[in-house]
Amino acid sequence: MSIDFCWRPLDALPPGQPGRVMAIGGGRGLALRLRSLGIRPGAVVRTVAQGPWRGPVLLEVDGCRVALGRGIARRIFVQPLP
Amino acid sequence: MPGRPRPRHRPPDLRPALAVNVRRIALVGQPNSGKSTLFNALVGWRAVASNFPGTTVEVLRGRANLAGRPAEVVDLPGIYSLAAQDPAERVARDFLLGEQVDLIVNVVDASLLSRSLSLTLELAELGIPMVVCLNMADEAEHKGIRIEREKLAELLGVPAVATVAARGVGLPELLAALPEAKVPRPPRYSADLERALAAVEALLPQISGLGGLPPRHAAARLFSSEPLPEGTPAAVREEVARIREDLARCRGEDPALVLVDERHALAARLFREVARVEHARVGWRERLDDLLMHPLLAYPILALVLFLLFWLTFRVGSALEGLLSPALEGLSSAAARALGEGLLAQALAGALDGIWAGLAIALPYLLPFYLLLALLEDVGYLPRIGFLLDGLMHRLGLHGKSVIPFLLGYGCSVPAVLATRILEEERDRYVTAALAVLVPCAARTVVVFGLVGRFLGPAPALALYLGNILVIALAGRLLRRFLPGLGPGLILEIPPYRVPGVCTTLGKVWLRLREFLKVAWPILIGSSAVLALVEALGWEGGLNQAARFLTWPLGLPPESGIPLAFGVLRKELALIMLIQAFRTSDLGSVLTAGQMLVFTVFTMFYMPCLATLAALRRELGWRRALLVLLGTTGLALLLGLLARAVAVLV
Ligand SMILES: Nc1nc2c(ncn2[C@@H]2O[C@H](COP(=O)(O)OP(=O)(O)O)[C@@H](O)[C@H]2O)c(=O)[nH]1
Repeated sequence: MSIDFCWRPLDALPPGQPGRVMAIGGGRGLALRLRSLGIRPGAVVRTVAQGPWRGPVLLEVDGCRVALGRGIARRIFVQPLP
Repeated sequence: MPGRPRPRHRPPDLRPALAVNVRRIALVGQPNSGKSTLFNALVGWRAVASNFPGTTVEVLRGRANLAGRPAEVVDLPGIYSLAAQDPAERVARDFLLGEQVDLIVNVVDASLLSRSLSLTLELAELGIPMVVCLNMADEAEHKGIRIEREKLAELLGVPAVATVAARGVGLPELLAALPEAKVPRPPRYSADLERALAAVEALLPQISGLGGLPPRHAAARLFSSEPLPEGTPAAVREEVARIREDLARCRGEDPALVLVDERHALAARLFREVARVEHARVGWRERLDDLLMHPLLAYPILALVLFLLFWLTFRVGSALEGLLSPALEGLSSAAARALGEGLLAQALAGALDGIWAGLAIALPYLLPFYLLLALLEDVGYLPRIGFLLDGLMHRLGLHGKSVIPFLLGYGCSVPAVLATRILEEERDRYVTAALAVLVPCAARTVVVFGLVGRFLGPAPALALYLGNILVIALAGRLLRRFLPGLGPGLILEIPPYRVPGVCTTLGKVWLRLREFLKVAWPILIGSSAVLALVEALGWEGGLNQAARFLTWPLGLPPESGIPLAFGVLRKELALIMLIQAFRTSDLGSVLTAGQMLVFTVFTMFYMPCLATLAALRRELGWRRALLVLLGTTGLALLLGLLARAVAVLV
């Protein structure tokens, strides 16, 4: 799979800007856990806040909020939406 | 929960009569869908409702009287799917499949309907009669989600009822719908997936160990790459592997994910058919995060909230204690007089002292502390603390979620250790529990303030608290060396801000207090009796001599041996016994400042009290509980020596 230029890791999405999830790295366990919270390829997410000191990312997806550790956010690739 | 007392409140009117003889009703739903609230409404306010995802890993059982017929209502842990990814999901799945469940009430957060329907469809594969409870109907309306209930019921093939569990709205309708429960229509996937599932289903009779499972569910499980049971014939193994590989090749995706994604797509379609999303109202609850999670303001606000938490606890606590302690002292001396002399009488008087001591800690300090903490939890701020401190906790080799057990630890270590269940990974639970017992609980606070605070001033006492945090941080870093392998990272649903329900909050306080009363109180009482006996028999001298190996290197007087030994039973006993041993409450006249410091530091860290040890054993097993014991005692000795050196130098 080739990675498009527009894709970027979730933690690089500026707060407030929506993005579409394009790919999720990591194992099946992580993929399943994220899916159960609505984070799956195709889903539209928005960063609400980012914790300092490489803290977690607060996301809004499907109308609810989810905190993801930075290590996980970095494995989720999104395409910024206007 | 075993041994649950009988509900005092009568449940609401549970007519009309049930047509089928329902014996066991299981509440199944995602975390925060309002299951516990509904459960409490059904069986009387008896269990804890939690706003923190995953707090109810335990299975709560209660009895309800359904139209004169007793039924058991079971509150299963909140789950997102039956994939058995974490302990909660395993518990729930094993319960649904292993125990005789006659009826599932699928509790759905209607404001998150599209996400919740995936679980509903997964449950539909179990072949158990079901009712869908569309809870949080008020929240859904707030978000502008309009749901056509009849259509949903028709498409799923089961009754669907709208409720607002927190206000008891819709409960009669829910009860009326229970007899109408039907086995839901299982979802139909795309042709290729259906074919593959059917092929696996055909193999099931040759696989032992899956007997009794609903075939569709069993096939789905094998798809999710669950290992085949031991003793499955090699030919069957290969066949299952081939079916999975075929599908994986066609779809270019892991079959487990294919299945989950298809289920989600079906759920999304179902949602579009039965729900319309209109204009959502945006109120203070949506905007509050802009302030409380603000990059600059979030941390000052957090510091203020935590300061208020402790400050209020101390203000309320000392006021309550002032009211309570004269009464308790009067009771205690009256009891001692009434019982008179004799070994048994003295042991009894000791046991009574234990009862008062439990009350003296639980009521003034634990009650306000856990009440405030429960409020923070139910408002929704507690999970946000987890978010805010995640980066910091990573330095300790932990996630933000571990903040919760730490905070609870300032009350009593027993609920703190039990609360480590909210963590998914076994290693994280271990490390969190090992560190959380170092947090000074209310009993140790008595020692810190009664000794250092009273005789050396509040500043050194406060310094001890800050030093304690530093030590925990260093211990965390050290443990990270020995126990690497932090789980993948924080994944935490952050619920919306809510106005807490009085009953929900009080229920939670009661549960935490009950953990203290159930685990710690009996040990308190028993150990006080033992203590009285030791005194009556005149064994102090020998014990003090035996404890010299500890008190000598620490530079403490021999009389402090027994207080330290009995501090293992109850930490605050260390201080009370010290006063008794010297026969004066003016400890400043018998101990040097350095000795007081050493004594307090040692008491703060050395082995957890018996009640905490019991909790550790329950959560971690004997071996790890013993390791924690050894580790903390070694740490205490080290820090005690350090304190002695500091005292000599200063
Ligand atoms: N607005 C609203 N809040 C509810 C409703 N049902 C429960 N709650 C609140 O939602 C929170 C989570 O409920 P809880 O029963 O702990 O959910 P559980 O995690 O599924 O057991 C609590 O603060 C409840 O008071 C409801 O129908 N409407």
